[in-house]
Amino acid sequence: MRAFGALVVRDLRLATRIGGEALTLVLFFVMIGVVVPFAIGPDSAQLGKLAPGIVWIAAFLSMLLGLDRLFRADDEDGSLRLFRHASIGMPMLVLAKMLAHWLLTALPLILASPILAVMLSMSMEDWLRAMMSLLLGTPALVGFGTLGAAVTVSLKRGGLIAPVLILPLCVPVLIFGVGAITGLGTAQAMVFLAALSLVTCAFSPLFAALALRLAED
Amino acid sequence: MTQENLASAAPKANWFSRLAHPGQFLAWSRYLIVPLAVAVVVLFGLGLWFAIFNSPADYQMGDTVRLMYVHVPNAWLSQLVYGVMAVAALGTLVWRHPLADVSAKAAAPLGATFTALALYTGSLWGRPTWGTFWEWDGRMTSTLVMLLIYLGIIALWRAFDDQLKAGRIVAVVTLVGAINIPVIKFSVDWWQTLHQPSSVLTADGPRMPGSILTPLLLMMLAFTLLFALLQVLAMRTEILRRRATSLERQAALR
Amino acid sequence: MNVQNALPPRTIEAARLSCRRGERLLFDGLDFTVVPGELLLLRGPNGVGKTTLLSALAGLVRPEAGTIGFSGRSEEDRPGDDLHLMGHQPAIKARLTAAENLNFWADLFGGDRKLVAPALERVGLKRLAGLEAGHFSAGQTRRLALGRLLVADRPIWLLDEPTAALDGEGEQLVIALLDAHLKRGGIAVAATHHDIHIPPPANVRTLTLVPA
Repeated sequence: MRAFGALVVRDLRLATRIGGEALTLVLFFVMIGVVVPFAIGPDSAQLGKLAPGIVWIAAFLSMLLGLDRLFRADDEDGSLRLFRHASIGMPMLVLAKMLAHWLLTALPLILASPILAVMLSMSMEDWLRAMMSLLLGTPALVGFGTLGAAVTVSLKRGGLIAPVLILPLCVPVLIFGVGAITGLGTAQAMVFLAALSLVTCAFSPLFAALALRLAED
Repeated sequence: MTQENLASAAPKANWFSRLAHPGQFLAWSRYLIVPLAVAVVVLFGLGLWFAIFNSPADYQMGDTVRLMYVHVPNAWLSQLVYGVMAVAALGTLVWRHPLADVSAKAAAPLGATFTALALYTGSLWGRPTWGTFWEWDGRMTSTLVMLLIYLGIIALWRAFDDQLKAGRIVAVVTLVGAINIPVIKFSVDWWQTLHQPSSVLTADGPRMPGSILTPLLLMMLAFTLLFALLQVLAMRTEILRRRATSLERQAALR
Repeated sequence: MNVQNALPPRTIEAARLSCRRGERLLFDGLDFTVVPGELLLLRGPNGVGKTTLLSALAGLVRPEAGTIGFSGRSEEDRPGDDLHLMGHQPAIKARLTAAENLNFWADLFGGDRKLVAPALERVGLKRLAGLEAGHFSAGQTRRLALGRLLVADRPIWLLDEPTAALDGEGEQLVIALLDAHLKRGGIAVAATHHDIHIPPPANVRTLTLVPA
């Protein structure tokens, strides 16, 4: 457990030292909220109707941005190879990296979502549900993203491939994520979203660890 | 393959691994090509004759119902080919079988083509029946997502220089995709029931009379054999291409 | 570092080992044994597969044929948690201080944070412990990577060009570290182009790899 915590703390510490990463992501996330009204017009009724979808697309795209760096730095300086000799297994270490990545990329977006909610004239209930659905759904996005990052870590130009690979896999997350904010079956969608996140976070460390091992071999 | 490989594989080989050895595969699969090609031509001839001349037009859809005889086989193949790829992925990861990655690599573009054809014929059929080329119908949507998965896998194959490594990593993605496809289907169906009132005409009627079933089964068999033929040809090409690059490298090293 | 306490004994036995990189067979039919207290030096021209052999011993690369046996490992051990690999890449984070880097590896390897300060002193970086590793020279980074060997007690050391980028004093440091490790009953395999002379009674053998 000490190794798990050490990796999470190290990733968080590195991110704060290098700085700006989380801030840039939040900026990007909010900027989508700024740009969309220019594209579809400032009519607040229409914006409010489209807001759940826009919030999720903004979150989705922001998460894709930070993906490439998930394993790349550790691969380049040789740390990733040494992780194999850690006192805990690679899937656990991948899970630790996922947790750190979620804290660094998803949590700031969730905290920044009120800004987007105000700009897109969402109602209070919609906004609360949006926070809830992001909270439940982003772990699944991180899970699929981790898989994409692990699969492309040995590619020098892998930055483009990973999003293309995981985008179709994330369709259910988007469907249930938006469904949890509006529509008829919000409670049902929340349950599905939580289940999806749980299953993804359980399985993707295994598959990602496998991909990392195969990339080395 | 190297001589060491041959030597180490020889004593413990059972009939299957002997047949599945790339060199052996090249030797015996040669005799499959002509019979398969003949069967494909005959079945297509028969099937198309039944489909065009010897099956009834639908009382609602008219002659456009005949599009079904190409649409349904393609849709079936888009799933079957993914199944073949998933089995090949297991072969790559569990047994590290060299023929498994060749098979997976050959199947991906074929699967993508059949899936694209299913979408294309579907939208041609949709125009006269639903009045639109594209409808966010549950089945069409999940077929579209399927096509995106195929294209992603092809892109991943092409991104790697080392095809052996590519085979293993693509296998991981293929398996994850295989696990995820039912989830995608489920979520799309759920989404569709929320957004789409049941205005869409379902593609298959309640029960099919034999006059429709015969050409449909013939065409499905014809398309499946066509896939088998193309798969064998693509695998042979891939094995030969790998041998050629390997020979080139050995020549360069001397 | 505590020289008195002995390391758990390990023996590496490689039989008919051959490795491949890409399509090229590197070496073939390699047999060797490394017993406690022994250092095996891997020699041979560039591209003969010294690094690949170390990676195979570290469990990162699957050998083409043959077996690698580690005696002394028990069933419940995770394979690899009894060895240190030091490769070309330093695995040092530029934005962490020297001490933070080693603290992290001590935690990750299940070592002891109490070993970090002595380790830094041993590799001659005591004064720089609070400095971010990004400011280090290549040789200092290398010394820090050597320090990682000392923060978790592990009986097997696999070193790839341990003396690269080091000055004469640094080479003496590597030799002293290896000597102390072997005296505790550890084993080491090192790929090197430089001669590493360890005074007797240390047991040093040389394995020269030849291309297949």
